[in-house]
Amino acid sequence: MSALVTHSLVKRFGGVLATDHVSLTVEPGELHAIIGPNGAGKSTLIGQLAGEIACDEGSVHVLGTDVTHMPTHKRAQLGLARTYQVTQLAKEFTALDNVLLAVNARSAHNFRFWGNAHNDATAMKKAATALATVGLSHLHHAEVGMLAHGEQRQLEIAMALATEPKLLLLDEPLAGMSQGESSAIITLLKSLKGRYPMLLVEHDMDAVFALADRVSVLVYGRIIATDTPGRIRENTEVRAAYLGDEV
Amino acid sequence: MTTQLALSQLLNGLQLGVLLFLLAAGLTLVFGIMSFVNLAHGSLYMLGAYFGAAAFANTDSFLLAIIAAVGGAGLVGLLLDRFALTKLYARDHLDQVLATFGLILFFNELIRIVWGPSSIFIQVPKALEDTVDIAGITYPSYRLAIIAVGLAVAFGLYVLIQKTRVGMLIRAGATNANMVAVLGVNIKWLNTLVFALGAALAGLAGVMAGPIVSVQPGMGEPVLILTLVVIIIGGLGSIRGAFFAALIVGVVDTLGRAFMPTIMRSLLERSTADAAGPALASMLIYLFMAVVLAVKPQGLFPANVAATR
Amino acid sequence: MSEMKPTKLWPIAIQWSAPRTVTAVVIIALLGVLPVIAGALESSYYVSFATRILIYALAAIGLNFILGFGGMVSLGHAMYVMLGAYAVAIPASHGVTSGFAHVALAVAVCIPLAAGLGAVALRTSGIAFIMITLAFAQMLFFGAVSLKDYGGDDGLTVAARSTLGGLDGFGLNLANNATLYYVAFVTVLVALYLSWRAVLSPFGLVLRATKSNARRATALGHPIFRYQLTAYVASAVVCAIAGVLLANLTLFASPAYGAWTLSGELIVIVILGGLGTVFGPVVGAIILLALEEALPMLIEATLPDYKSNWMLLLGLFIFFVALFLKRGVFGSLKR
Repeated sequence: MSALVTHSLVKRFGGVLATDHVSLTVEPGELHAIIGPNGAGKSTLIGQLAGEIACDEGSVHVLGTDVTHMPTHKRAQLGLARTYQVTQLAKEFTALDNVLLAVNARSAHNFRFWGNAHNDATAMKKAATALATVGLSHLHHAEVGMLAHGEQRQLEIAMALATEPKLLLLDEPLAGMSQGESSAIITLLKSLKGRYPMLLVEHDMDAVFALADRVSVLVYGRIIATDTPGRIRENTEVRAAYLGDEV
Repeated sequence: MTTQLALSQLLNGLQLGVLLFLLAAGLTLVFGIMSFVNLAHGSLYMLGAYFGAAAFANTDSFLLAIIAAVGGAGLVGLLLDRFALTKLYARDHLDQVLATFGLILFFNELIRIVWGPSSIFIQVPKALEDTVDIAGITYPSYRLAIIAVGLAVAFGLYVLIQKTRVGMLIRAGATNANMVAVLGVNIKWLNTLVFALGAALAGLAGVMAGPIVSVQPGMGEPVLILTLVVIIIGGLGSIRGAFFAALIVGVVDTLGRAFMPTIMRSLLERSTADAAGPALASMLIYLFMAVVLAVKPQGLFPANVAATR
Repeated sequence: MSEMKPTKLWPIAIQWSAPRTVTAVVIIALLGVLPVIAGALESSYYVSFATRILIYALAAIGLNFILGFGGMVSLGHAMYVMLGAYAVAIPASHGVTSGFAHVALAVAVCIPLAAGLGAVALRTSGIAFIMITLAFAQMLFFGAVSLKDYGGDDGLTVAARSTLGGLDGFGLNLANNATLYYVAFVTVLVALYLSWRAVLSPFGLVLRATKSNARRATALGHPIFRYQLTAYVASAVVCAIAGVLLANLTLFASPAYGAWTLSGELIVIVILGGLGTVFGPVVGAIILLALEEALPMLIEATLPDYKSNWMLLLGLFIFFVALFLKRGVFGSLKR
């Protein structure tokens, strides 16, 4: 059973066809990357997968369940975790509280008004582990708004991991990162490879070719090719779409 | 419940509707373009009524009263925008609510100081004092004039927004303010223009309503809340929505107040009906709003706002 | 600064020497002995005035829960205060004077009403939510005005303060101003404690996250609607109880208790005290009500002709608070 299946997704904004009959899959354990020029509609696509944007036609199945009409939080409860291209963090919270929020999303016992959230040893341990995985343990008490951009991106990944996901959607996790920060994330993602099915949207070609098992190319909302990284490099249509520059 | 009564109440509803539209148009534009909550919009309406009353009392010319109201309210709007509110446009809605709440108190008190706490009287202009025979009923000319002026302004706004360059910038600003700024348009001047325009429209509504409502400090707030209902039902940022919603709200509210007691009496026994009728009539429009929201939270005619805002 | 291990009573380690803690403790202590001092000075006026402060503080604590911690700007919360007041006045006019009955009625009516109105309002957010809460308050205001059998526009007087059943035997009679004061005082303390614990709890974590980044909380899988609605109803109930106390203080219930001006005052109090602090509302209530007493006196001393126009200055004050005092007075103190 595929972790993610989309069937002919369509999204129109006024007269613009932002998503043009996109069908793709993410198989268990694979890292499927999506690349494409700016304005190709990558974020719109992720939005439809996550449930923040309603698709006009087509369907989305996560782990066998039809989630096409499911709201975002229900998809997350099925095991879908995502990171955002523009960081979406609780900026007034500490890094630890952000991850704790993620851990608690899986807990059935959130409607408690009495005990201190920090006294839940199991939850705190999970949060600490997630922070350690991305290498942010030393910053757990830092207010997120004060963290460096790269650290915030790492935190996004920690939060995604803390929800014990069954499918990861990563929307340009390397956006705005310096060379050093990027390689740290790439190493992290390499370590996660195989453990979680991942859909990775990225601009950074080095990262994509280092990490991906399969690559899909999205141009003007349409997938023009899906193949292994090597063959995508050679694909003439893809080279034309990118004007030979990046690929 | 005769047809004649129904018809004249329908016209009353339209008259209330166009007044609400004048207020709602400015308010919804300011919401849509600047994402600014302006609770003091009712104060601009009140200022229009008072400026108009002062001019009318001194010159006996209703035309001059209208100019005074529109110009005065517009000027106050301009000054508010330039000197008091610019800092607030970037702040969150709570700060805006608080600040404009303070302005309401300020303006109400200012009016009290200058004109006193009791209501003042504006006469219906002589030319419109009589009645008109229309569709088989006799209807006050003045109210008919309000409807006419309101519809004319609505048409003028339509032309402005849809057919002029300024209107295009306003529409662009409503969809994506950042983009407009990037295009080289001075967004500050656009904001000032929109705000002052809204204030002028509010002033017009105030002076026109003057002869038929009670002109007193605090007259703006009940009207403001009704205007907010119009905007919610119509859809934030949508002038088209404001237009249709204003007419709907005006008609529903007026007909409701006129006929709800009668309807109640035919459904319930007298004493309950006499208690429930007026209550339901005044609450009707809010219940209507709740129903609309339950079904369509973004309003009946939502403007196409960008996904990122 | 000593770090104490959290005990079961305190959900977190309290920094006893921090400015915020000191201020809160001092204010609570002063409020605790106020009736004694007032009694010594033979001034019962200040006890009534301080009771009013406590009642406003209580309502503000309720509002702060959703506004300061949940980010929900409700511009109509005074309607629940009005509800609480009528929950005293209407039964009293029919001879039901038990305070327990009054509170029970206030809560029993408030919960379904707040749940219904909140559920509709929470279908929107941002500006729309603010306006809808204002509209609903206006609706209830008109509803109260149309209660012709219960005073309508003029309001309804309450013959006597709520009786406390068997507790009268212990000398607890609300007709005694000091007793009413202490009932209000204890209620405020309880409300402070409960909201403090709630804010730090797992529920509170999610609620605060919906204020900080609702999109993020939803994307993680939290069904934020039920958290927001629960918080909304809880805050409404607190305001209703404040209304019960208010009717007891003034022996009066009126649509004016649900007017938008009172809702606005509550927001001023919350922000003036410190948005997102537990104790802020108390500080805000003290400052605002003291200001509303002081301003007329100030103007009388300088420009006596304009004494009745003191709200002009209040309006300006509120405007400048919005512009410059974002964090509030208590909120500006160090933790």
